[in-house]
This record gives sequence, structure tokens and C-alpha cells, in this order.
Amino acid sequence: MTSLIRRLGFAFVVLSLAAVARPVWAQDTIKVAYVDPFSGPFASGGDEFLKVFGYILQKVNADGGALGKKFEIVPFDDKLQPAEALIALKNITDQNIPFVMQCTGSNVGAALVDGVSKHNARNPDNRILYLNCGALATELTNEQCDFWQFRFTGNVEMRAAARIKALPKDITKVYLLNQDYLFGQSVQHDTRKWLAKLRPDIQIVGDELMPFGKVQDFSSYVAKIKASGAQSVITGNYNRDLNLLIKAAVDDGLNVRFDTYLAHLIGGPTAIGAAGENRLSTITEFDPNVPVELKKPDAEAFSNGWRANHETDFSEIPFLTMFQMLAKAIDKAGSTDALKVALALEDMKATDMVGFPVQMRKEDHQLLMPYYAATFSRDVKYDAEKTGFGWKTDFIATTEDLTLPTSCKMKRPAS
Amino acid sequence: MKPRLLIIALVVVAIVLPWCFYDWVHHRHAGFLISMFSQMGMMVILALSYNMLLGQAGLFSLCHATFFGIGGYATVHLLNAAGAGDLHLPMEVMPLLAGLTGLALAILFGSMATKQRATAFAMITLGIGELMATAALMFHHFFGGEGGVTTNRMIDNSLFGLTYASGIQVYYLILAWTVIATGLMYFLTLTPLGRMANATRDNFERAQFIGYDPRMVRFLQFALSGFFAGIGGGLYAITYEIVTFDALAAPLSANALLMAYIGGTTVFGGPILGAILITMLQSGVSLLSNSWLVYVGVLFIAMVIFAPTGLAGIIKAHGPIKQAGRLGYLMVPYLRLVVPSLGVALGFVGLVELMSFLTIGAAQGKKLALFGGPIDVHATLPWVISAGSLLIGGVWLRFEAARFHRVWESLTTGIRR
Amino acid sequence: METVLISVLNGLVYGMLLFMLASGLTLIFSMMGVLNFAHASIYMLGAYLAFTVSEFLGFFPALIIAPILCGLIGAAIEIWGLRKVHHNGHIAELLFTFGLVFIIQRLVQMTWGMLPMAYRVPAVLDFPLFALYGVNFPAYRGFMLLVSACMLLGTWLLLKKTRIGLIIQAALTHPSMVSALGHNVPMVFTTVFAGGCLLAGLAGVIGGNYQTTEPGMADSMGPIVFVVVVFGGLGSLAGCFIASIVMGMIQTFAVVVDYSVADLLRPLGVVLSGDTLLTEVLTVPVARIGALLPFVMMVTILFFRPRGLMGTRDA
Repeated sequence: MTSLIRRLGFAFVVLSLAAVARPVWAQDTIKVAYVDPFSGPFASGGDEFLKVFGYILQKVNADGGALGKKFEIVPFDDKLQPAEALIALKNITDQNIPFVMQCTGSNVGAALVDGVSKHNARNPDNRILYLNCGALATELTNEQCDFWQFRFTGNVEMRAAARIKALPKDITKVYLLNQDYLFGQSVQHDTRKWLAKLRPDIQIVGDELMPFGKVQDFSSYVAKIKASGAQSVITGNYNRDLNLLIKAAVDDGLNVRFDTYLAHLIGGPTAIGAAGENRLSTITEFDPNVPVELKKPDAEAFSNGWRANHETDFSEIPFLTMFQMLAKAIDKAGSTDALKVALALEDMKATDMVGFPVQMRKEDHQLLMPYYAATFSRDVKYDAEKTGFGWKTDFIATTEDLTLPTSCKMKRPAS
Repeated sequence: MKPRLLIIALVVVAIVLPWCFYDWVHHRHAGFLISMFSQMGMMVILALSYNMLLGQAGLFSLCHATFFGIGGYATVHLLNAAGAGDLHLPMEVMPLLAGLTGLALAILFGSMATKQRATAFAMITLGIGELMATAALMFHHFFGGEGGVTTNRMIDNSLFGLTYASGIQVYYLILAWTVIATGLMYFLTLTPLGRMANATRDNFERAQFIGYDPRMVRFLQFALSGFFAGIGGGLYAITYEIVTFDALAAPLSANALLMAYIGGTTVFGGPILGAILITMLQSGVSLLSNSWLVYVGVLFIAMVIFAPTGLAGIIKAHGPIKQAGRLGYLMVPYLRLVVPSLGVALGFVGLVELMSFLTIGAAQGKKLALFGGPIDVHATLPWVISAGSLLIGGVWLRFEAARFHRVWESLTTGIRR
Repeated sequence: METVLISVLNGLVYGMLLFMLASGLTLIFSMMGVLNFAHASIYMLGAYLAFTVSEFLGFFPALIIAPILCGLIGAAIEIWGLRKVHHNGHIAELLFTFGLVFIIQRLVQMTWGMLPMAYRVPAVLDFPLFALYGVNFPAYRGFMLLVSACMLLGTWLLLKKTRIGLIIQAALTHPSMVSALGHNVPMVFTTVFAGGCLLAGLAGVIGGNYQTTEPGMADSMGPIVFVVVVFGGLGSLAGCFIASIVMGMIQTFAVVVDYSVADLLRPLGVVLSGDTLLTEVLTVPVARIGALLPFVMMVTILFFRPRGLMGTRDA
């Protein structure tokens, strides 16, 4: 029995060491940890983003990186579960990695904001910055804002403002359909708020929450939308919940616009296909046709470089902005110390790849950035996911348009 | 006398373990490992409490995480109240309150579910689990929606004057509660209730005939297992300081089942082994490979086919041989098994990794590094080597397994004689 | 009125799709006592295989080939997997299928990638069949109804008019008696399991382009199929049929109902206000919880009648 225990113990130690013994090279690169789901049903998002980061880093590193060192991404699988993300965070701080990024899920985002904040308070000698590149919940830079979080993507309210500004003038009746969880509910809330503010002429003829990921058959929703006489469905649905809705609508001959927030997400264009032509609109951070329309050959070349080797589209311009700003901040701070970099990032102004000004606001650490409203159309230079349809920009919400007030009361570190 | 020594040894190991990985250069603990050990602690409680149903009472529940999660949510709210100064309770008793919450909910749901047994019971629990998980996403007041509820464990109220700022203090809190809960659950198996649970599992009609109400036995067992799961949830809340709906969703229930089964449901300590192994797979191996779910699946299927009594069952089977002092005779056959098993494992891992790199990882800009060196996925050699090692290893393993079986049979029959 | 008629039609289509999945599971479940967790994974495999086959040969050959492939896979699973686990008891069998879910999901991801497939309705069937109060009824949905009706008829004929059907029927209600009579029960098991997987594959072929073909489709379909089987009852295909249609109808109709408990209470003079947990729970309209109703119904029926709607013996 004792020999067995010894053997088990040995196996245990070896396995644990194997898990920990990722070689910590002497600091010849600047490591950035990347926490997202890489296994299970949500793996497609993390997987795609990891490829995008790889592509972006080629450029950022070719431009010189920061402090003469190159950036390196260290991925960690969080399985889209907060507890797993927090375990990964421990692993990251053990390895003295000063930055952690996370781009999928507000549940994990909220956990990281809180976890990073507590970690930094309790371990002042080993602080870490949370670079939020995709947890969208408005609260994260309002009620729950934190000094150690920097959000490099627009929150739900910014997207809602862009969404409503981009609505065609002739629309008078809209139907709101959203998923029944935090994201969908905040889309619903912020859409209503901005409709009241900007378009009092529009009547909301239906406002509904549907179970998240549980609905198999959307035809009864379609019948309801039809009966309401709406001209447009404004929805924060994405992936399956959006694809099935639009399919059902086309099948049933429902002729309305779909003004969505996230139709451009990876896989969406493939799944929707011709069903979305000229009636599907989305709010993007970038799409390959933007540089064509704005005549920016550099940006076009950059997005073409991605297109040459991938089936998907490059739309993650904030990821690039994030690394460029991070590199600048590290250079300015002269080190990768989390506090110094954080102070350098605050109020930093930059220009994104297309040429629009962006700014990291000091009050809430929210990146102020532009958004594009685009329609799914045949009439574009670059199609999306090789479907024959692409995103045609019809409205640009500028950075000034989307500079919204914040309720953040940030606790700043003493030093 | 022997098992008691084993338990003491295990506890001592658990106490010393964090210090084995102490980082003397930076003078701090290995945070990741301590998190992983803490996770193991609460998973041990979850798996053991699940085994109160599956192993001891023969009840197949699919909503065990519900009670774990509710304990977590309750603790978060209690900690928040304590942090605001509305509640004066030391940190150390919080898990007890979490357990009581789990107990209350288990009494409510148990009164519904335990009316039935077998598959009907399983399906009722499936329904309850789904309903609770969806409710947690929909209702913000108690569950906080997708973002969950956060808290701060430094409530400055402790029986021992601890602050719980560092992970190591929390680890020892978890260890203490794990030992207490494990002890209580073991004690329960010795009570008439535990014995009657076994009886209703084995033959519920006969148990009924003797004059016991099997429904009452099921109900009590269900409620008590909810209590222990709640304790685990309380420790979860204290460790992570956030509870989201994931703490009561179906994947965690499935995990409880996996841990209990792989560890072995027939031996009391089995689920402990399962909890440790699965946590290691989840937090350790998932760092190394994104295909870890395949490995879990294959391990699981292999266990179901070849070792339905779980890890603990395998160990237990060696008992009589050891008593006869013949364990030495198995040494050589075991060693002979090692090489072909390694071949099979390496071949399988190689193929899975090669395949997933070809389709998923190829464009990630990563180079596949396997067994200590970079490997080109498009070359034929690695594929041939993996497939060959899987095939040859498989055939060889079959051969050796048959041989092992013969030795085993001759040993056991010899002992019986 | 018009919404009612349209909802009935849609509910019927969805219910029939559910039945196609659930009928195979009911057969397997009643006979072998195994709740096959991997059944929805086979449904997913059916959709993916159909996509790949239709890339080369077109949709209609895929309609035949993909289900047969799924049937073969099912037979393989039964012979080399389930049969070996059988002597370890029902829970072991159930757990075996549980492990399969992980493996099939990752295999699908490794073979076809993680993104949705562009598996579309064939052009021949991509037109509105008729319009009802201005709402189109697409031809493909008619086709789905047709296929599932044919399947229903085929299964019925097979079970009622053939010898193997007779044995299967007997094994549904009295498995031990059938083996006592000297029939090759393992062989019957394999047939039923393969047949069930074939039906699941067929459902995948016609459901994959009606919905979307993606690695998450098994997870989203799995629980509801269980609910149908358990609600319908063990050993009863008729019960399974009724349960499928009822679940299909409930989900489509619940969406149309906008009332909540609070609305019911209002005539009684109870007015809820404020922002508490209770108000939050009571003011949820039925439409929001429509997808949950099947679970509520399942728990309710099992509570009162553990054998399900038309089950012949206790689950």
C-alpha cells in the first residue's frame, strides 16, 4: 500500500511539475497572458482570436515591439468559466507575467476585474494589468470600474448609441428581441434609452427577451414580429440565436430589416448567407471594406495580408490598437511594471489603423473609439468568409459621437 | 489500524504539500498550485457528497451542482453582509451556513425528486438542474445574472485572527473543512441511515419489507448530500470571491459524476482519488493541450469498460493478494504492461494532437511541440510513428493483458484455495 | 386566429423533427434501459456527414447515405462499446454514452473545424409552398413533414408487419421473456441501436440545414429530446409521438403568450411594485420562459406518474 501511495505521490508531483514547468525564459520577450475558452462549445471564439493576435503581433513586433523586446502571447484555457479563469490568473501571476487579456464573456470579465483588483491589493510586489478586449457589459467601466482594468473595446452602451444613430430615417416601428441574460438585457436597456434620446419618432412595437441558446424554432417569433408590423428588428442576438432567427424570417417571407449588434461575429456570415442580403445590418469595429471606402491603402494591405491565409475576415482592429498603445505605454514607462504602465496608458491618445483618433479615458479606463454600421451586401470589394456577401459601411459613428458620460468612481492606488 | 494511518498520512501530506512548491527566490507560494489544491479540496467534498447518492444509495442525480452553487451564492451574500458590518460571524463558520442553505434547498427539491427512484428520479433532477441554471441567468437579485455576485473575503472576523488575504490561509481553511466534512460523511456511512441507504440501493423491495420506508431513506440521504455539497459551495465562494451561474450549471453536475465514478463508487475514499485526478486533468493538462476533453472522454470510457469499480476498486482488488503476501508476483507482469501501455498512450496522444493541429491549431502560428521537440504536422513520419506505436502497442498490450490476466487468476484462485 | 394556425403548423414541423430524434431514443431506452446521452451527438454527426456528402453528390443522395453511415456508426458503438459495458450495469452504460459525447464533439471539431458549416436547403426546395395570411410556408418545411411522415409510416410497418418488428415490440415490454424464448437478444439490441442512430442521423440531415450545422448543435438539442422520451413514457412509441407534438406545440405557443403571474393576480387586487426578487419572478411573461416549460412539465408528470404519459412500466 505504501509503495502505491509513493508511486501515486510521485506521479502527482511529476504531473504538477509538468503543468508548472513552462520554461520561464529570461526576460527576452514581453509576455502577455491571454485567457479565453480554447476547449468545449465556445472554443471557436478563443481559437480565432488567438490566430488574429498572432497576425497582429507580427506587425507590432516588426515595428519594434516595446523596449526593444518582442511581445509574446501565452494562452490559457478558461473554458468560459470564471473559476477556471481565476485559477489561470494565479498561474499567470506565478510566472510574473504583467499583463492579462481576455476577450470572451462578461462573466469571466467581471471575475477578472475583481480578481485582478484583489490580487494587486494583496500582492503589491507582483501587480498585473487586465486588458479587456471583449467583455462588453457596460457596468465594467461604470459601477464596477477598476483602476487595473483597461477596456479596449466599446461597451454595450457605446454600441447602442452607434446602432440607433445608424438607423435609417424612414423607420418608425421597431421590434426589440434579445437574449435573456446580462448581455441581452443590457442591449435591451441601452437600446431603449438611446431610442428615447435620439429617435423619439420611433415606436417600439414589441420588446421581448428570449431564453439564451434554448430556442430551436423561431417561426413563432417571426409570426409575432410580422403581426406587430415592425419595419426593423433590433437585436443583440448572436451565433445560433441570430442565425436561426434570420433563417426563419426569410423562410416565412418576413420582410424587415435586422439591425443587429453582432451579426459579423465569426461564423455568422457563413450561417446566414443570402438570407441576410441588404437587410442585415451590424455594428463593427472594422471590416475589410472600411479602408476601401475611406481610401486607406495601408490598412487595406494589412487586412489583405490576413485574408490571404484565412477563411475568415480581419475585423479586430482594436486588438491592434491595444498592442500599439501598450507598446507606447511600456516605452513611456520604461518598464513593464503594471502601475507605471497603467499610469502611462491613462489619457493616452492614439490613431487607429484607419486614421481615426482614439483615446483611453482616464475616468473609467474605457477606450473611446469609432464604430461602423454596415449592411450585408453583394456590392462590396471584399466578401465576408467567402460567402459572396460583405459588409458595406453605411454610417460611421465617430469617437466624439461615442464619448458618453460614465458613472465610474475609480479608487486609485495610493502611490 | 491501517486505514487510520493512511488517513493521517494523507492529511499530513495535504498540510505539507504547499510548502514543497514554495518559491524561495521570490518568497511566495506557488499561487497556481495552491489554487489547484484548494479546488481539489472543494471537489473532494462535492464528489464525496455525490457518492452519498450514487454509490451509497444508488441514486443517479443530475442536479448535484445546484446545492453546491446555492451554498456558494449564500456565502457570497453572507460575506457581503459581514463586510458591510450587518453580520457578525467569523469566517470559519461561513461554510456551515452555506451547508445549511444547501440542506434547505435539498429538502425542498428532495421532497419532490425522491418520491421516485431510478430513471424517473434522474430525469426529475435533470429538470430541476436545468430550471435552476436558467433561473440563475434570468434573475438578478440573488444570482447577479451572467456577471455573478462578487465579494471580499477579508471581513476581518476570524476565530484565529487570520485575515485570509493569501491563498495559503484559505487553503488551510478548505483543508480543515474537507477533513471535517469527510469525517462526517464517513461517520454517516456507519449510522443506521447509511446502512439502510445501502440496503435500499441493493434491494429496495426487501428494505421496504423489513419495515423501512425507502422513500424516507432516499430523502434523508438526498438532503444530507445537499448539505455537504453546500459546504463545498461555500468554500468555492471563499476561494474565488465570485459566484456565477457556472457554479450550479450542468457541467459541474457532470463533473461530480465523473469524479465519483472514475475514483470508484464502491469504496468510500474512491471519489477523493477521482476528484484529485479530474482536477489535475482540468487545470493541469488543459494547460498543455486543448484536446483535454478527448482525453477525459477516453479515460472515462476506458474506466467504464475495463474498471467499472473505479480507481479505488482496482486498488481494493489487490487487497486479498497482498494479504497472502503474493503482491511480488504481480510486479513483473505489471512492468511488462508498462511498455505497451506507454506505446498506446503516446500513439493516441500523438494522433489526437496531430489531427487537432492540422485542422484547428495549424493557423494559430504555433508550432506543434510534442514530446520535447517541434514536429512538422505535414510530414508523414510523425503520423506513421504515432499510428504505428498505437497499433503495435495495442496488439502487444492485448497480449500482455491476457498474460497478466492469467497470472492474476492463478494468484486469486491460489489464495481462495 | 392567424397566429394560431401558423403556430400549429410550425409546432407540427418542430414536433415531427423532435419525434424523429426521440423515437430512436425511446426504442433504445425502452429495450436496453439506457438513456443514450450521445443520441444528440449522432444527430450532429448526421448533419455534418450530410453536409460533406452533399458537397460531392448533392442533397438527395446525402439524405440516404448519411443516415446509413450513422446507423453503421451506431452498430459499431453497440458492438464494440455498449455490449462490453452491459454486464457492468445500467449506470455504467449510461456513463459510457456520456463519455462518447465528449469524444464525438471533439472529433467533429477536429474534422470539420469549429465554425458553422454552410449547409443549406437545396435550391429545388427553396421556395415558398403557400402563403397563409401573408406568412410564407416554405417548401422545405413541407418536405420535412413529408420525410418524417414517411419515417413514421416506415417504422410503424416495420414494427407491426415484420418478424423482427414483432420481436422488438416484445422486447420493448418484456425484455427478459424474449431472451428466455431463445431469441438472439444482443443481435436485436444492435439492430435497434443502429436503427435509432439511423433515425437520429436522418433527423440530422433534414434538421441540419433547417437550423444550423455547428459543433454546439448536439448540446442544444440533447436535453429536450430526453424530456420528450421521458415525458412520453417507457416502451410506448405512441406516447413518444404525442409528447413530441405536445412539446413542439408548447414551445411555439408559449412565445405567443405575453402574460405573467402578475397579470393573473391583478384582477384579484394584487398589484406588484418595487424591485425585489419576488416581483422579478412574478412579472416574467410566459414567452420568456417558453423553452423551460418542457422541463417543468417533465418534472410535474414524473412527480405524479413516474412511468410518463403512456409508459407501460415504471422508468
